[in-house]
Amino acid sequence: MAEKKSLRKEFTKGLISENPVMRLVLGTCPTLAVTTSIVNALGMGVSAMIVLVCSNIVISALRKIIPSKVRIPAYIVIIASFVTIVQMIVKAFVPALDKSLGVFLPLIVVNCIILGRAEAFAGKNGVIASAVDGLGMGVGFTIALCCMGAIREVIGAGTIFAGAESLLSIAGITGFDGFTLIGENSMINPMTIFILAPGGFFTFGILMACANKLAEKKGKPRAELGGCSACPMAKNCALLAKGEECGEKKEEAAV
Amino acid sequence: MVNGKKLVVSASPHLRSTQTTTRIMLDVIISLIPALVAAIFIFGPRVICVAAVSISSAVLSEYVCRKVMKRHQTIGDLSAIVTGLILALNLPATIPYWIAAIGSIVAIVVVKQFFGGIGQNFANPAITARIVLLLSFGAQMGNWATPLSWKNEITTTATPLAVGYQAIESGTDVSLLDMFLGLRGGCLGETCALALILGGVYLIARKVISPAIPLTYIGTVALIMLIAGKGDLGFVAYQVMGGGLLLGAFFMATDYSTCPIKVRGKIIFGIGCGIITALIRLFASMTEGVSFAILIMNLLVPFIDRATIPKPFGTPKKEKKSKEAANA
Repeated sequence: MAEKKSLRKEFTKGLISENPVMRLVLGTCPTLAVTTSIVNALGMGVSAMIVLVCSNIVISALRKIIPSKVRIPAYIVIIASFVTIVQMIVKAFVPALDKSLGVFLPLIVVNCIILGRAEAFAGKNGVIASAVDGLGMGVGFTIALCCMGAIREVIGAGTIFAGAESLLSIAGITGFDGFTLIGENSMINPMTIFILAPGGFFTFGILMACANKLAEKKGKPRAELGGCSACPMAKNCALLAKGEECGEKKEEAAV
Repeated sequence: MVNGKKLVVSASPHLRSTQTTTRIMLDVIISLIPALVAAIFIFGPRVICVAAVSISSAVLSEYVCRKVMKRHQTIGDLSAIVTGLILALNLPATIPYWIAAIGSIVAIVVVKQFFGGIGQNFANPAITARIVLLLSFGAQMGNWATPLSWKNEITTTATPLAVGYQAIESGTDVSLLDMFLGLRGGCLGETCALALILGGVYLIARKVISPAIPLTYIGTVALIMLIAGKGDLGFVAYQVMGGGLLLGAFFMATDYSTCPIKVRGKIIFGIGCGIITALIRLFASMTEGVSFAILIMNLLVPFIDRATIPKPFGTPKKEKKSKEAANA
């Protein structure tokens, strides 16, 4: 029973209280880049989630074999192989999604969340717990991306679920390609800036402010860009042990 | 106890200026009235509605924002009115009202209040809002009404900057006098050079703004255009009076919280704005670069300020440097 309860905790912490995007501020790059529509966000979230769960399982299974000195290259090799598999599958079955995600699909290899979970969780915990942790984090990532994607798509393009046909066609459903909320000849026009890069930053900033406000109400610390709490290397950091700061905070969090 | 007055003992500062934020903002509003009146004559009564929508939504969003954030009300200092008015002057006369309202909300809520309200914003709210609108609603933001066409039916035209150098040279375009009086396509407030210069001179005479930024800004643009136009003074005059240069140089680049503090810094700021504006106008795919130039230089202001810290009186140069090195 105790085991079950903690597993549930491992799953739910990734959803809200330790949401990788809004609370840990990891994986910012894909978050800003691919959330121009819900379909893109969903595709990115699910791809990253599959990689995360698989790599967490393999890394936790091999955690006693991998020497700690070369663990990072070993983790990267494991993650990269899963990313390659996912990329091939996406290319084969959802070519439209592959086209719209572009370079960000292979870039899952260097996604902070995946390496961060490998370092912070999978390298220290059992296989089942790691799988559940990866699933929770992946779902949290997907939810955060979809929130951003929904806001940006509705305001910026005036559509919702546009391009859904490419995803639904795997399940054999055709004929649904999203709704158009703001038509060509309507009174108002979509605010194009929201699907451009500045709109991504606006939306991300405002959503994070809301998440911080909610966390503050519950008495939790604010999420900050960088800082040792967000750093995947914190547990093994020599500088932190000496009580110094590494000065690379912003760069690390921004990857 | 001279003249029976009590000796007041208080903490410094002892000499206080009578200048207040409200008074400064009122001066800016007064200086913008000629441009607004000119715009009403040139583009018709719709200008009043655009300005009214823009100003009222700016004031309303400032009120709501302060209320929601539980901070003291600042709508009394008139700064929201100034932002709304400047934004209105930066919009074309044909702009749909809801776009003007969105612009004001972006200016006040995102650019100003998110960063702490008046005096805390790192970029000029009206400029940033204009850029947001430009990137969002490109078609509507480039829909220039033909001057004086409001009496019959509003038609649209290109801004003289967009027509290009060739057209100006061949003389098929707006004459220089028309440019000076504002009879050309463009944003509401940017067309009438006469009214803008009047307003600018009023601000300088009232010592609300320092002449350093407008002079260096316009001077740099004029100098670069003189070289680019191979000494053609007519071209220089078109470039100086065209686009939003005068409006930007007098009213938007001089915003207190987003321009350098010292005169040396102001000169660097003005020259930088001028160079970026001229480069965008000459080489970029956009016809106008004033707003982008001011925004980019706004972001550089902290660095300019740091570079132009004055040397404290009496400190030798070398000693200060070694001190700085020790601090670093």
